[in-house]
Amino acid sequence: MISLADIPSRSPVQAYGPVALLALALATAPWWLPAIGLYQYLGVEVAIWMIFALGFNLLFGYAGLHSFGHGAYLGIGAYAFGLFQQNVALSLWGGLGAAILAAGFAGAIVGVFVSHRRGIYYALLTIAFGQVFWFSSMKLYGITGGEDGLLGIPRPPLTFFGLEFDLRSNVALFYLSAIFLLLTVLILWRLVNSPFGRVLQAIRQNETRARFAGYEVWRFKWAAFVISAMFAGLAGGLFSMAQQSAYPDVMSLHQSGLIVMMVLVGGGLVSFWGPVLGVILYFVARDVLGGLTETWLLWYGLMFMAMVMLRPEGVAGMLHLGWKRLRGGEKPAVLAAEKA
Amino acid sequence: MAFFEARNLHKRFGSRVVLENVSLSFEQGQVSGIMGPNGAGKTTCFHVLTGLHKPDRGEIELQGVSIAGLPPQRIARMGVSRSFQIMNLFDDSVVIENVMLALPEFRARRLNVFGGVFDDKALVEAATDILDQVGLAARAWEKATSLSYGERRALEIGVALAARPKILFLDEPTSGLGTEATRRLASLIRQLRERYTIVMIEHDMRFLFDLADRISVIHWGQVIAEGTPAELQANKWVRRSALGEATLA
Repeated sequence: MISLADIPSRSPVQAYGPVALLALALATAPWWLPAIGLYQYLGVEVAIWMIFALGFNLLFGYAGLHSFGHGAYLGIGAYAFGLFQQNVALSLWGGLGAAILAAGFAGAIVGVFVSHRRGIYYALLTIAFGQVFWFSSMKLYGITGGEDGLLGIPRPPLTFFGLEFDLRSNVALFYLSAIFLLLTVLILWRLVNSPFGRVLQAIRQNETRARFAGYEVWRFKWAAFVISAMFAGLAGGLFSMAQQSAYPDVMSLHQSGLIVMMVLVGGGLVSFWGPVLGVILYFVARDVLGGLTETWLLWYGLMFMAMVMLRPEGVAGMLHLGWKRLRGGEKPAVLAAEKA
Repeated sequence: MAFFEARNLHKRFGSRVVLENVSLSFEQGQVSGIMGPNGAGKTTCFHVLTGLHKPDRGEIELQGVSIAGLPPQRIARMGVSRSFQIMNLFDDSVVIENVMLALPEFRARRLNVFGGVFDDKALVEAATDILDQVGLAARAWEKATSLSYGERRALEIGVALAARPKILFLDEPTSGLGTEATRRLASLIRQLRERYTIVMIEHDMRFLFDLADRISVIHWGQVIAEGTPAELQANKWVRRSALGEATLA
């Protein structure tokens, strides 16, 4: 299997193409989505899940830390946004700030417990903490609204240097989500290629060697968990705006499993863009395959199983290998990029 | 006071005593060797000296500062660097990145979340210099897994050197190497001995006796003899217990 090192993600030049393509697709989505028989709200969902998936892959693909309870931080972000709107002030920035901080705070606490662990113990602990948050959301009725959740969360207007934009339409919310998605891409791209990001990748490869190189490994694992939770919180805040509600199912084990599937199928283990591809593939399966058969999730699940067994590098890895083969198996581009 | 000193080290795993009252000292600028048969406790001794295992009892000092029981990352930052018997590299990374990650100047930038890595000329030059020392400068931009076994051994040493150590521990550096690769490694260690204090565990007696200034023999978890290669060659008991007559004949 190829690895993250095989698909270049070093030079900023190599980011321009995919970022420009993504920006173009996002900018024009409100025109082409209806034209191909889809709907505007789908764009909002896809952008939000891409933010969640990219942030999750910092932990999963880059640091090699298998969190199976990450839906919790999406949910915490959603609840924090709703609670802020309903109890503090009607404010987009305040709500999103609360979502990011609440998820980051929860991630910081959980991170302290899980970051000294690895492998199966790490995975099990993340599931356990995820279930604690899910259970709390069900039982803390006075705060979370219990099984019903928080209903009627408003979409506050976007205020920016004295200008005000109404976000009640799905197209407006889509553009806001798309801007946050592009910011997420730029921030995470820089992060994974920074010294901090390279140390994270080194820890994924060989934790013992990283310790003997002088790194406090658990602090890096903790930081990756917190950053990843913060992006999940941002996605959760936007999700609660989109749904105008926040409910326990947002942070369920199902959501945690879904994000793992998306990232793996897309190729997050081998590429920065894997999560983006994985989210697209999932929503295509849900909305296109789902239009043909009610059993679409079964087929998606089977595809996931086949992918894990046969092509663990995911869609991104397959595209990369296919491209290399087309070009006659030339020397990996990463080498040329490094030398430059 | 020795440059690096371990006194009365004890280590047991369950009911099995692996190190018993082990005392060792290594002088600055020397190549010290540790030898002994398989299962004697040599690698465990290295693990204890470099922080992977905590000693149950005993004291370890680097230039008079106690390091016993400290985690390996702290000991590494204090200037103790090591290679491993079973290769321990960042296999998915290119050769130069393996070395860069161990550089103290890279470590100083570890919390930089927006800076570049490969576009930092000073870092690349420092890493290339290390690779030059271990003969891998020409392979700098290839994946670590693409190196031959002998080259990977050299990279292990390069990664250890990158930390700019005060003392360098090499665990069986010739393990798995052919004659030619062993000869090249001996030549490399001869060059390094001028700049570093080196301690190595080694099974290849000719290699060790050729390079080491002093050698400690560990058997059954204890130091049973110490001395210069010539002194040990004359020690009949050592020859019988650990070295084999033929090796030193």
